[in-house]
Amino acid sequence: MKRSNNSIWGFIRKEFFHIFRDKKTLLLIFGLPVAQLLLFGFVVTNEIKDAKIAVFDQSKDYLSLQLVNKLVSSGYFILSDNLSNASQIDEVLKAGKAQLVVSIQPNFAAEFQKQGVASVQLNADASEPNTASILTAYASAIISDFAAENSGMPQQTLVSVQSRMLYNPDLKSVFMFVPGTMALILMLITAMMTSISIAREKEMGTMEVLLVSPLKPWQIVLGKVFPYIGLGFANALLIIILGYFVFMLPMRGSMVLLLLVTLLFIILALSLGILISTVSKTQQVAMFLSMFALLLPTILLSGFIFPIENMPVPLQWLSLIMPPRWFISALKTIMIKGEGLAFVYKEILVMLGMTIAFLSLSIKKFKIRL
Amino acid sequence: MDSSIVISVNKLVKKFGNFVANDNLTFEVGSGEIFGFLGANGAGKTTAIRILCGLLEPTSGDIIVAGFNGYTQRDKIKANIGYMSQKFSLYEDLTVWENIRLFAGIYGVSRKLIQERANLLIENLGLEDYRNRPVADLPLGWKQKLAFSVAMIHKPTIIFLDEPTGGVDPITRRRFWEMIYEAADAGTTVFVTTHYMDEAEYCNRISIMVDGKIVALDTPSALKAEYNAESMDEVFVKLARNSQRV
Amino acid sequence: MRTLLFLLQKEFLQVFRNRTMLPIIFIMPVVQLLVLANAATFEVKNIDLAIVDYDQSYLSSQLKSHFTASPFYTIVANEVSVSKSLDMVHADKADAILVIKQGFEKDLLRGHQTELQLLVNAIDGSAAGLMNSYSGQIIQGFIQEQIAQRANVTVPHITIQEKFWYNPDLTYSHFMIPGILVILVTVIGMFLTALNIVREKEMGTMEQINVTPIKKYQFILGKLIPFWVIAMFELVFGLILSKLIFDIPLNGSLLLVFGVAGVFLVVALAMGLFLSSVAESQQQVMFLAYFFMIVFILMSGIFTPTDSMPLWAQIVDLVNPLFYFMKVMRMILIKGAGFMHIMPCLVGLMVLSVLMLTLAITKYRKTS
Repeated sequence: MKRSNNSIWGFIRKEFFHIFRDKKTLLLIFGLPVAQLLLFGFVVTNEIKDAKIAVFDQSKDYLSLQLVNKLVSSGYFILSDNLSNASQIDEVLKAGKAQLVVSIQPNFAAEFQKQGVASVQLNADASEPNTASILTAYASAIISDFAAENSGMPQQTLVSVQSRMLYNPDLKSVFMFVPGTMALILMLITAMMTSISIAREKEMGTMEVLLVSPLKPWQIVLGKVFPYIGLGFANALLIIILGYFVFMLPMRGSMVLLLLVTLLFIILALSLGILISTVSKTQQVAMFLSMFALLLPTILLSGFIFPIENMPVPLQWLSLIMPPRWFISALKTIMIKGEGLAFVYKEILVMLGMTIAFLSLSIKKFKIRL
Repeated sequence: MDSSIVISVNKLVKKFGNFVANDNLTFEVGSGEIFGFLGANGAGKTTAIRILCGLLEPTSGDIIVAGFNGYTQRDKIKANIGYMSQKFSLYEDLTVWENIRLFAGIYGVSRKLIQERANLLIENLGLEDYRNRPVADLPLGWKQKLAFSVAMIHKPTIIFLDEPTGGVDPITRRRFWEMIYEAADAGTTVFVTTHYMDEAEYCNRISIMVDGKIVALDTPSALKAEYNAESMDEVFVKLARNSQRV
Repeated sequence: MRTLLFLLQKEFLQVFRNRTMLPIIFIMPVVQLLVLANAATFEVKNIDLAIVDYDQSYLSSQLKSHFTASPFYTIVANEVSVSKSLDMVHADKADAILVIKQGFEKDLLRGHQTELQLLVNAIDGSAAGLMNSYSGQIIQGFIQEQIAQRANVTVPHITIQEKFWYNPDLTYSHFMIPGILVILVTVIGMFLTALNIVREKEMGTMEQINVTPIKKYQFILGKLIPFWVIAMFELVFGLILSKLIFDIPLNGSLLLVFGVAGVFLVVALAMGLFLSSVAESQQQVMFLAYFFMIVFILMSGIFTPTDSMPLWAQIVDLVNPLFYFMKVMRMILIKGAGFMHIMPCLVGLMVLSVLMLTLAITKYRKTS
């Protein structure tokens, strides 16, 4: 027993050296979450500012000029072009020179004051539908305000709406992407790397050498996955620290619970990686299985970027069997809502169940082959 | 220079950083000769063979292979040599015929000749049944024989064999050496590395490398006499025992 | 030329014999289009709203019926306390809470100012923003109705007509699909090429090829041409699927699409070649390729408008091939833009293709 203990430690040490010698991969493993967090934090934003608009002012009176001024001074829009005829609208939208063309009717001031009603047309480039609806909403609000200011009527708001944004008063996107990035990176490092590295031993024929060694199969697998648990955990910590210090992500719940859930997810991902490696003969197969079975669903069906509630029902069902969905949900509950075990026990049970299922499946597969 | 000399190496040095893989190698190989290149693991054999094949650039020294300069005419060298590496390196997912066609095609053999030579090769190796099956299905011994034949498909002046018989059964090894003799009889120079000392006895001349240097170079019988040994095995052990790298 | 033909023949044979590659080439577009186009949506359509009505009056029920009438809202709870509703938000059973305070109707009827409270689960910031503005619109509609019923003087106002060009129904999949096609083509061009070359290195067949008198350009072309062809095929296949399944508009010239795609692929393939000469193992190259893909995709504007990115990101985007291709695909397919409209992007791609190819070829020379 003692001897086999020694040999398994030797084996784990060998695997560690193997990973740490590959400086490029190591750099990537830690560079990836940093790059991804920075991109999500600073680059990928739904916030609209400085959108380019063009104006087709058919009136050119004092009131229409004031309206254009008001739009531009709002900070949302930059005036990129003044159009002189209606056919140019298509042209500027098509070329992407403006995302919105504000078209003001002839005799704007006169109509407004004498008839009491004037019209403005908002032509949005709806090839980006969300941007288009946000831009028209902003512009409409500014124009309505403008009309009220110039109506000569006393200002009166009957109902004021007080909005309170729970958990995230500034509507920062960091609450979405930090948990998501964590799930994605852990999947990548643990599940994908282990499945590939085991498949590699098979492809190169070195797996047979290991199998005839005094090490038992489970020891070999344990030795293979052990370093990745460490790597995954280090990475999770890095992401939490970055989230906390750079993106001011709150840590409202229990840190211990958070780390335990993270550890559980790492083990779950590893068991998935082992399962994948038992069914794939070559690295390429392992890689593509991981891509399709792990990465795409993690990005798409886990609620990481896109809210699950808005998906078609079949996809919502599909998302139920995606491990990261439960992990992300637990993370959000603990970190952001600050709830305890009572609110995440369901997620924990589901992840435990999945881990057991994947492990027993791979043991079965493993035995059949031997 | 003697016209029958096909490989001429003078003071070849190859360094990787501070590590000297090949330290002042000097030797010549004659036309039609079977030249054994021996040495323990890490002695620098593979580095030397890769330089001779134009896969690596030497640090210094003069190299002439098949009449071409090892620095400036590496493409010409490549056209006139065949190479078989210690690792099986035909395409496993292509059939026997497709592998032959590919490599013959790359070496510029005409389509008509490709057909002829492929048929002859397949017949000689007895691979008719495997002609249209992926190479991955072949037993290891046949894979090695096929790799050798494919390396000879363009009838090169010199063939470099890097441990060609590793992991092969004794009967296949014997058959393999028969193929080597056939090639040498047909005028091809054979440059071969091996770990099997019985195979070393089959060579016309052998060199033994220790720690990047050539420490002995002669016919097998002359070496045995010089080191007062019964077999090449003894010669090798006597020489390699003092190595720093093993 | 003859050598090249032999190499191409070999490469195609291998691709069509590869049991991993073939399914990927044919199944990936289907899966990606079906899943991505349906899953990737920022629309907020099903808002679960809890209403806490302390007023229980005619007007408060009027207001509630405005929410019921909206297709976006599902009222999940009524007439419970605020704290109970908050529990529902904690448990993700409600997305937002509307609180109508006592005296709402009385204040309104007397012309006094009154207030409503809206509590929104804002973990997903952008969805919360949308929920907030939808609710605001509904409440505004309710107020307008109240004003119109009472006042009989016309207040001067501006009517706003909204016209959504190119995509009048604001169909989100029409926006996403060109982006998905871009990713598809990139995966084939960059990922599979790099993987394929590194595999040859790992298997040792690369060395066997290197001892032959083959020229560098022959080897490189032998690798790039097959994957260029496969990726182009993939684009055609993807376009047909998108037309059949999602009926996306094909407003511009398809020839122009293929022309730009051809140039884009040169950049993607050159990147694949470059990565393969940097990496030693398939595991490494996969990580490298994945890293660059994530960065390029996120910065390409696939989900969010590039115009709103910080200036430094917009400058970095000038060397992001996906940024140009993403833009061009949407411009041509949805807006029907012509050659002159996409010229700047095409020039950008051409410059990148020359740069990347030079870099890849020089790097490749050094390693072999």
